[in-house]
Amino acid sequence: MLAKRIIPCLDVRDGRVVKGTRFVNIRDAGDPVERAGFYSREGADELVFLDITASVEKRRAIVDVVRKTADAVFIPLTVGGGINSTDFMQELLQSGADKVSLNTAALEHPRLIEEGAKQFGSQCIVVAIDARRVNKQANFFRSASDLCWEVYSHGGRTPTGRDVIEWVTEAEKLGAGEILLTSMDADGTLDGYDLELLAAVTSTVKIPVIASGGAGKLEHLYEALTKGGAHAVLAASILHFGTYSIADLKNYLSKRGLPIRPADHQGYSDLREEK
Amino acid sequence: MMKKLIIIDSGSANLNSVYKAVRAADLNPVVSDNPKNIKSATALIFPGVGSFYHAASEIRKKGLDGAIVEAVSSGKPFLGICLGMQLLLSGSEEVFGSDQPLTGLDLIPGFAKRFPDHLTVPHVGWNIAKPEKPSLLFSGLEEGDYFYFTHSYYVLPSEQNHTLAKTDYGQKFCSAVQCNNLYGVQFHPEKSGLAGLRLISNFGKIIADQQ
Repeated sequence: MLAKRIIPCLDVRDGRVVKGTRFVNIRDAGDPVERAGFYSREGADELVFLDITASVEKRRAIVDVVRKTADAVFIPLTVGGGINSTDFMQELLQSGADKVSLNTAALEHPRLIEEGAKQFGSQCIVVAIDARRVNKQANFFRSASDLCWEVYSHGGRTPTGRDVIEWVTEAEKLGAGEILLTSMDADGTLDGYDLELLAAVTSTVKIPVIASGGAGKLEHLYEALTKGGAHAVLAASILHFGTYSIADLKNYLSKRGLPIRPADHQGYSDLREEK
Repeated sequence: MMKKLIIIDSGSANLNSVYKAVRAADLNPVVSDNPKNIKSATALIFPGVGSFYHAASEIRKKGLDGAIVEAVSSGKPFLGICLGMQLLLSGSEEVFGSDQPLTGLDLIPGFAKRFPDHLTVPHVGWNIAKPEKPSLLFSGLEEGDYFYFTHSYYVLPSEQNHTLAKTDYGQKFCSAVQCNNLYGVQFHPEKSGLAGLRLISNFGKIIADQQ
């Protein structure tokens, strides 16, 4: 059976992991390659590096991080943050990334999704969406239900006036392989995901949806993967603050009956010693 | 004879990941898209990612199709990965805006078919591949292990005995094939943590035993 996935997300700036909620209280939290190795050994199913570097030099730093990570870690790696061309996608994919995540650039030039999918395959293209609840009275939304969510760009700073259901449908049509969905209302609160948002999106698209934003308790992950219909959960705050380990998350979800891939009990070096 | 393991550069794969994983499994691969090199290899790994149509045209453009068929026919250990496995079959249902027939290398009779619409497609994530018969490729992995999959099409070998392993997604589908020295896996061993490295290492033992 296809397992539900636990995906740690690391914010990377200038080649270093940083901890902090959305550009506030940013602290250095280590070397991304070391952190990636740590999470992989702990049982992470995939990894996401979100590059939040502001400078123009950003391309070199993240490409280098990806290359070094690919030397040591053998689980899928997704890279996001300012990706706005198929050239850059190619560079990242050739350096060792398995998927690239598009957000603002996809909103500004939706064709980028299509071009990326055509050139590299849909499985390499993740469309990340940040969404916030809006009042139904905002009459530029065509939603039939009582709940609507507006898509934001630029790291959650700029409202786009677009309805999340409309945008996610378009992204899928253009060739997105997966959706990474973040609830801006829930993000950082540790109070749980926006399950209505999740359910609305997972019932609309046929591609996998990774839930992000709000997980503080183990129960929240379970809800996202069942009530929310998510196929995977992005784990940031819940892991970074040391409250839970990946094993805690996986043991809990497994005990509650979800199909979960167990962590490797050996390390890669043990495999060599067997010979 | 000098042992030479070649990873075929078909122009549509993430070679770096495969190269790194093969190195981590203690093997010494060389990446090449030169048909002459492929003909002189002692073993081959053929990764593939992307569209069947694009990859099938690329290998023909580069003259790799003939080299691959020759290598397999002469008994060299060969491992196809993901699209690299699907290309070994006769063809695929996948159409990519073209009227041209989509043919594979026809080394394993059968076709690739898209997963049905009621499932989430692509099939992405970790799933269990369990070998149906004894095989050196799955040595130490006989009970069924989690491997990483990411694909929208699956293969249907015409001959039952070419199916090496199966995986459950909606129904059981063929996730690995074998025909003598020719192996193919639908999942990505280079992305499947320890289980994947073990499988690649097993392929290394198959190569060593061949000498």
